[in-house]
Amino acid sequence: MANLSIFDISGRAMSAQLVRLNTTASNLANAGTVAGSEAGAYRSMKPVFRTVMDGAGRATVAVDQVVTSKMAPSKRHDPDNPLADADGNVWEAAVDSAAELVEMVETSRQYQNNVQVLDTAKGLINETLRLGQ
Amino acid sequence: MASEKLFGLHATALQLRSQRMMMLASNIANAATPNYKARDLDFSKALELAQDGGSTDAAIQYRVPVQSSLDGNTVEMATEQTAFAENALAYRSSLAFLQGRIGTLTRALKGE
Repeated sequence: MANLSIFDISGRAMSAQLVRLNTTASNLANAGTVAGSEAGAYRSMKPVFRTVMDGAGRATVAVDQVVTSKMAPSKRHDPDNPLADADGNVWEAAVDSAAELVEMVETSRQYQNNVQVLDTAKGLINETLRLGQ
Repeated sequence: MASEKLFGLHATALQLRSQRMMMLASNIANAATPNYKARDLDFSKALELAQDGGSTDAAIQYRVPVQSSLDGNTVEMATEQTAFAENALAYRSSLAFLQGRIGTLTRALKGE
């Protein structure tokens, strides 16, 4: 791989964190939705990050894959629900809202850290360009 | 090297500071990657190696975490942010030294 610049390192990390924020948003949006079958119920999604190595201690991050949670949707007896099956059961989306909110805050903090790194690096590069003037 | 005599230690120091900034940025970028091991540059060792004209790879070391996490990631935000801030400040001071040196030389050349 070609040499990574500091803009590649932090920029790609920001894209990865954005994927994470998008999956969290999808999970939260689908929290509380019900389905007529266990297979049709929504299951929360999570991205898996992977390090992309470069020489001399440099590394950035990429989204390896987005996996579906193994948490099972919970069955609820609700015969009045129009989506209920023959036995009167519906399945609620397998989303842990509290965990998703924590995930959202953490993602946002790490995104901010990368922005801060970029900002500092940009400032230093600008100062270096003005060297000798 | 000609620039070596002109700028002394500071030209090398600036390059190493830039290298260390990249490594710390890598650690911050991988804050959520499972099994990522944070690395840092032993600055004084790297400076010695660079002055002898060698590669600075031997000065790269793995960070020992204060409290290890279950996913095998050894990035600790507080440590990385402190190191990054310190490194940015040291980069600025190297720049200031270079700026002073260039100013001196420019005055000498102009004969003011």
